[in-house]
Amino acid sequence: MEALLSLAVKAIFVENLALSFFLGMCTFIAVSKKISTAIGLGISVMIVQSITVPANNLILTYLLAPGALAWAGFGEVDLTFLGLISYIGVIAALVQILEMVLDKYFPPLYNALGIFLPLITVNCAILGGSLFMVERDYGFAESVTYGVSSGFGWALAITAMAGVREKLKYSDIPDGLQGLGITFITAGLMAMAFMSFSGVKL
Amino acid sequence: MAQTRREMLLDPLVDNNPITLQVLGICSALAVTSSLKVALVMTIAVTLVTAFSSMFISILRNQIPSSIRIIVQMVIIASLVILVDQVLKAYAFEISKTLSVFVGLIITNCIVMGRAEAFAMKNPPMASFIDGIGNGLGYGLILMLVGFFRELFGSGSLFGVTILETVNNGGWYVPNGMLLLPPSAFFIIGLLIWGFRTWKPEQVEEREHKIQTVEAH
Repeated sequence: MEALLSLAVKAIFVENLALSFFLGMCTFIAVSKKISTAIGLGISVMIVQSITVPANNLILTYLLAPGALAWAGFGEVDLTFLGLISYIGVIAALVQILEMVLDKYFPPLYNALGIFLPLITVNCAILGGSLFMVERDYGFAESVTYGVSSGFGWALAITAMAGVREKLKYSDIPDGLQGLGITFITAGLMAMAFMSFSGVKL
Repeated sequence: MAQTRREMLLDPLVDNNPITLQVLGICSALAVTSSLKVALVMTIAVTLVTAFSSMFISILRNQIPSSIRIIVQMVIIASLVILVDQVLKAYAFEISKTLSVFVGLIITNCIVMGRAEAFAMKNPPMASFIDGIGNGLGYGLILMLVGFFRELFGSGSLFGVTILETVNNGGWYVPNGMLLLPPSAFFIIGLLIWGFRTWKPEQVEEREHKIQTVEAH
């Protein structure tokens, strides 16, 4: 339990997907102009992340890993090279299913998040989360924790960024830095702030 | 064809750079630039994947039904990335370890998808191939620039060859450790964008709020 808790804190603050691995940067920069949209996107990422990381973990353990197909009688088969294509397939399919389920049973939520869901398929944070899970050999419990908390960390970062940018638009910035330039530098300062969490251990 | 091939190849380098203007593919631009060698490998990988995926998608563009085009594009891109990943693991294992998940993340690199969607679906294969190479190189240019600054001033070397002798090795240069950490990449790209836009003022973005100037009496 303690190990999972420390994994969660690490994934949210120390190894924040957006600010220390730069994942999901394209959407992070493009959709952080208003706090309300940023929160919507953040929540969608968190939901999708907490479903896809464990799902990919199951696929890896029972289908792809060396010897995983022993239950079907193919003990020596190693399908890990198919990893990338299966993970992205799972992500695309799950996002599509989530979209349909939300549309059917939770229309208000669908209307709020609907526009962001297709964007999430190509969000590097989602695929990145699954790939980190593979690289670090997480078990099922760990991958659930990692999925939820890394999604939360990403949501936290984009919301904070949107807050800063809402204020920033009133300031007097040199012409060349206007827009994209100053956004990068702001993100850099935020990343530095997040670095002060490194070394925190539970 | 509105553009010549030469323009198609050179345009994305500065005038329509994928990173500084189209805001595509920044994810990996930041993470793999702490040394030039890694940045170079990443540039080559992304250029090849973009060029070939654009070409294949363009060949198939009349057969792909528009409702499932994203999935078809994804499958083509993912297969190419798996190819790159396997080649790197076979011939450059050290570098593939350093790049870790970022090779896989070429799949979701918006440059590849963006060019497939915006260019390859509407243009013939050869033009798409050249467009892919051009955009890959535009991406690579920024990657190499950032990598150059980070490696030279962060560890005093270029491609692993010592240029500025660091204090630890009995030299004179005190390396700026900050440049090896992730946030520095943000600053360098921010400043690069500033430089690019000062050079090409037409890229400057509109202000949302004008600051009112009041004449002093």
